[in-house]
Amino acid sequence: MTVSAANVPKGSPARDRVLDFMAQNWAYIFLLGMVIFFSVTGRGFLTLANFSTLLVTSTMVALMAIGQTYVVITAGIDLSIGWTVGLSSVICARVMRDLINGGADLAPAILIGVVLALFFSLIPGLVNGVLIARIKVPAFIATLGMFGIVRGAAFLLTDGQQIVGGLPNNLQDALRSVGSGSLLWWVPEQGIVFLNRPTDLPPAITRGIAGLLPYPLIITILVVVVFGFILSRMQFGRHTYAIGGNQEAAVRSGINVRNHLIWIYVLSAFTAGVAGVLHTFRFTAGVPNAAEAALLQSVAAVVIGGTNLFGGEGTIRGAVIGALIINVLSNGLVILNVNPIWQFVVVGVVIIIAVLVNQAQTALERLKANA
Amino acid sequence: MPSTAPILTCSGVSKFFGGLTALDNVDFEVSQGEVVALLGDNGAGKSTLIKCISGVYKPEHGQITFNGVEITNHAPSEIRDRGIETIYQDLALAENLDVGANVFLGKEKKKRFMGLFPVTDDEFMRQEATKVLDRLDIHIPSLKQKLVNLSGGQRQAVAIARAIYWNARLVIMDEPTAALGVPEQRKVLALIRSLRDQGVPVILISHTMHDVMAVANRLVIMRRGKVAANLPREGANEELVVKHMVGTAEGAL
Repeated sequence: MTVSAANVPKGSPARDRVLDFMAQNWAYIFLLGMVIFFSVTGRGFLTLANFSTLLVTSTMVALMAIGQTYVVITAGIDLSIGWTVGLSSVICARVMRDLINGGADLAPAILIGVVLALFFSLIPGLVNGVLIARIKVPAFIATLGMFGIVRGAAFLLTDGQQIVGGLPNNLQDALRSVGSGSLLWWVPEQGIVFLNRPTDLPPAITRGIAGLLPYPLIITILVVVVFGFILSRMQFGRHTYAIGGNQEAAVRSGINVRNHLIWIYVLSAFTAGVAGVLHTFRFTAGVPNAAEAALLQSVAAVVIGGTNLFGGEGTIRGAVIGALIINVLSNGLVILNVNPIWQFVVVGVVIIIAVLVNQAQTALERLKANA
Repeated sequence: MPSTAPILTCSGVSKFFGGLTALDNVDFEVSQGEVVALLGDNGAGKSTLIKCISGVYKPEHGQITFNGVEITNHAPSEIRDRGIETIYQDLALAENLDVGANVFLGKEKKKRFMGLFPVTDDEFMRQEATKVLDRLDIHIPSLKQKLVNLSGGQRQAVAIARAIYWNARLVIMDEPTAALGVPEQRKVLALIRSLRDQGVPVILISHTMHDVMAVANRLVIMRRGKVAANLPREGANEELVVKHMVGTAEGAL
């Protein structure tokens, strides 16, 4: 293909390059712009403590968005994870509490709680996958049904309460040491401190203490790296894209599409399960509706991050940026004292802009290729 | 012209769908070094025949042998492993992936990342794809390009490249030029000739008489599930073919 002079787009190449760069990286630019905006306008936004809180808060949506990215790349959607997180959180809290009340030791009780929570959260994913891949139920319907089922299951396990509380004090302390703990702390006037958050300091200093490497963040980063690597570098990821791009082609080239799709929904349930366990560690209680709002935010994060809802395109990196954008918005608006209800409106607008930008970008790419 | 024994032989193949006779005692052969055009009106049985060959359908009667091995009741994947590649009209490519990924789809070449994790060896796959495209005299400017950004002819070339990379010994092509502009059609016809010259016979299904006359060595015309005529390219013309297709030729069934 040769480029004839008539087809060369007008405008200087330098400007085209800048536009191109912005189109490719608009989510990063947008995130950076928001951070700068809130840093200038919001008192207390640009502090280590706030950033640490913001990042830890983002872990829930980020984790859910990781699984959701895989699902959406295969042209599916997983609505059930909003409650899978809750199910995992409730099972985790309840198993630990009941074991310890029954006389078990702290460490084994916590371990068993985590393992069972993760294990049981895989079940809705497995059922979703079988329904979608083998019985050909549309993903939207299958996971909507599972949404109701898991929601019911989570509340049944709380005995009708809004929360699984009443955790023994030693258990709460242990959970908090991880869920609210950090590998490194920044303490004003003292510098960096390892492991233990210093206590008995004047309130002015305490307020400035920030976890530099909070455990929930480390765990989330680990999940991001592992699943990002699998998606971008490994055969499993390649097949995920192929299925989203052309399922028929994937079948004909010998990919076991059914099993692959089942794994995708199990994976989605797994990252939700991790989010649920982390929630229990952070709040020392089992919360069935922990991710009620985070469900749609996870879809939003995926879309903002450039994943195509029709399948075939998307990255974990994008989903993480999407999750950060949503949480920076929420956090920043709270700091600016904006009525929290406005968050919904703003996030909604951002989603629509994201889709528009992605469409424009695709059109631009095609234009360039055909020039 | 082919002088060797046929590489593919269908003898007495019949296929029924309920009360409908889609194929009625069909004999059909393909030899090394030929391009066989399969012609016929809609519903004449062309697609049913190639689906029987590629294993998608199982014929009720008859035998299909390939390279001396009976493949009548083999699974499609088995038949593909034996070297019969079918390139459908829709090409079955993942347009969101690049050329290398498509050529190797489902059979990705892997390497070890940090000596530990198996990752896809994209560089290797891209290079191999380039080699096979060079063999077909096809040049795609950037192999990192997703297929969605390539032209119809280039995609067709990728589909063919994939087939021959995996050692296709017989290629079946269903309407390969239907969706293409004129220059691209020429390119695809050249590809078909080049396949034949490299020892890969081609079965070509086409409605475009011009294409058929340009590349085929032999014309097999089907009508109502039967082979109505089996003509060498020499001496065939469009008028004669149409007569056989509609059943008004001399000596037609």
